[in-house]
Amino acid sequence: MPKLAADDLKKIKDSYRSVFTIREGGQRVTITVHMGTSGIAAGARSVMEALLDELHNSGVSDVIANASASSGVPGKEPMATVEVAGESPVTYGGVDAIIIKKIFREHVLNGSPLQQFIVAKESEPSCEAES
Amino acid sequence: MKTHRISVMLCGGTGCIASGSMKLRDAMVEEIKKRGLQDEVNVVLTGCNGFCAQGPVMTIYPEDIFYQKVTVDDIPLIVEEHFIKGRPVEKLFYKEPVKKKVIPLMRDIPFFSLQVLRALRNKGLIDAEKIDEYIARDGYQAAAKAITQMTSEQIIDEMKRSGLRGRGGAGFPAGLKWELCAKVEGDQKYILCNGDEGDPGAFMDRSIMEADPHVVLEGMLIGAKAIGASKGYIYVRAEYPLAVQRLKIAIDQAKEYGLLGDNILGTDFSLDIEIYLGAGAFVCGEETALMRSIEGERGMPRPRPPFPAQKGLWDKPSVLNNVETYANIPMIILKGADWFRSMGTEKSAGTKVFALSGAINNIGLIEVPMGIPLRQIIYDIGGGIPKGRKFKAVQLGGPSGGCMPEPLLDTPVTYEDIVQTGAIVGSGGMVVMDNFNCMVNVAKFFLEFTADESCGKCTPCRVGTTVMLDILTRITEGKGHEGDIELLQSMSKDIIESSLCGLGQTAPNPVLTTIKYFRDEYESHINEKWCKTGVCRDLCTFYINKEKCIGCGACARACPKKAISGEKKKPHEIDQNMCIQCRVCYETCKFDSVMIGPRSMREELKKKEEKEQTTDAEPQSVETA
Repeated sequence: MPKLAADDLKKIKDSYRSVFTIREGGQRVTITVHMGTSGIAAGARSVMEALLDELHNSGVSDVIANASASSGVPGKEPMATVEVAGESPVTYGGVDAIIIKKIFREHVLNGSPLQQFIVAKESEPSCEAES
Repeated sequence: MKTHRISVMLCGGTGCIASGSMKLRDAMVEEIKKRGLQDEVNVVLTGCNGFCAQGPVMTIYPEDIFYQKVTVDDIPLIVEEHFIKGRPVEKLFYKEPVKKKVIPLMRDIPFFSLQVLRALRNKGLIDAEKIDEYIARDGYQAAAKAITQMTSEQIIDEMKRSGLRGRGGAGFPAGLKWELCAKVEGDQKYILCNGDEGDPGAFMDRSIMEADPHVVLEGMLIGAKAIGASKGYIYVRAEYPLAVQRLKIAIDQAKEYGLLGDNILGTDFSLDIEIYLGAGAFVCGEETALMRSIEGERGMPRPRPPFPAQKGLWDKPSVLNNVETYANIPMIILKGADWFRSMGTEKSAGTKVFALSGAINNIGLIEVPMGIPLRQIIYDIGGGIPKGRKFKAVQLGGPSGGCMPEPLLDTPVTYEDIVQTGAIVGSGGMVVMDNFNCMVNVAKFFLEFTADESCGKCTPCRVGTTVMLDILTRITEGKGHEGDIELLQSMSKDIIESSLCGLGQTAPNPVLTTIKYFRDEYESHINEKWCKTGVCRDLCTFYINKEKCIGCGACARACPKKAISGEKKKPHEIDQNMCIQCRVCYETCKFDSVMIGPRSMREELKKKEEKEQTTDAEPQSVETA
């Protein structure tokens, strides 16, 4: 390992930024994929994997992926909710590996939600109704 | 490393390791691999989380879900339900002891939410064995600032303005100590760290060294720059193997990065730090004794002056600070003295770490702002007294401190306020006692410790503590007599006035404070031969109040001597000839029907029993049918 100069401390810190966003919070965006038994049956796992790939490739450190229980909305799964800090959450339905990448690029990075896939705004659908 | 989505922060402090966290980690890593989640879940073994009584504990981020008392059998469930399906496992959530409310998030649990983390700012957030994670939390930035941008005077000035007082117990201003040493000329100076934590019930320093070893090194770097030292020692007791191991790893990593060694960060400043293992003698926490011990001599204090700032280790100018003191320093340099002063009081700035133990629901490690009332620590953070019992006293400052009773619970925790009560803030041990504790016995316990740990150099301490212990033992065995209390008080005064070091000067404190606040207990022990809590076996008689007893039989089942008999749903009775005064029946009874009388009652009851037996033998008895 090379000896450090004072500037190197900041470089090391930066390389860990996404790790500490998960632990400390303070993220700009949280993307929640609704898993649960029915979500996974509908293909939520592949949505999650695609999202993580996209997150990794984008190199952003202020966005985190999260899993929650199934949304309980029949016919709309897999679903994902995008929560931008300071804005109301937007829930998408019928998401797949390609759509989640689109959502990530358009909504999360560019700030323009994908209208055609939105199933709910303002409040999230109830998570209690786990089937 | 791929971007993961879950961080599992598994506590790897000594407490949780003892309750099985290493096995949990292996099982967790295995299960995650089995389910193909190794890229998504990051398992980190952290230092002490603080909530030791609930261990093994883990926190899951990003949700901040807190799981307690986790077993290996729970691991597949956590992975399947929480990590894969997104449904946190409810049965492992924390349950509030009084209202039985279930609290899933760590930040909502009062034990955590009421704390202010400064010295412990990295606890549970970093892998203690990875320097990069420490750096990611602004680690070594303060050292870099001090080494590359600040002069010795600027560092000392900032430290003095911060008002940081030594966290080892005496509370001497750290900046002033540094200034004294910086002004002394010397070809070689030493920066020393006191990790010889020895109070019963104290584990603050151990937890810091285990959870965040680099913060200790960084504090020492800043101190070394301020006083002009090029060599440092960390004195740790060998009973802290995990702390030693993590410090060793930290030193090696810091050396590799050039943060220790020669020409640090490309400057002409150099510092080498070594670990010195102590054998666990309490007196070696005293600064001059600690230095003798590092020199290879027997750990015994010497008179001051000369102070260590002038003549310390190997007679060279030296500064010794405690682990927690060092843990506070980097943030003072980085954020400034005013930031530090924003917490605490005028004379006691900042926060203090305490180890809560004894009769309290939330046993563990906490950090609170100075000035917080004791009541808030014990009831709000500590969750109050378990088993429905009553608070009786809290011992602050370990064997050098004192016991404080209920009426003093509103005392703010500051150096100056606690001293008024006869106790001291000390290094941060806080042992809570309930109404099942006998205060004479508590005083005896602490004096046993100091009498044992006295180095023997000063006669008042060596002989005095032993004689005091003899008197206390006599009192608890029913052989106390009038004048004992006064004798204890006058001996205490002599020992305090004529001992050389802090050990002797404070050893009588537990006796003095228990006499001051619980004199009636001493008196009933001496005059009535009655230990009303039933702790001192020679001074009590256990009997059953027949009007209260409902005959549930719980005491009879618990009695190890089978000395209790009686019919179901009818009052029971204790056979005084068989009773060994173990107090199990008293602790078991839910109806307060087991009573504690003075020793003299035993004979009376025995006589009564004999009488009843003779009458029982006659056929007209209907009572025992």
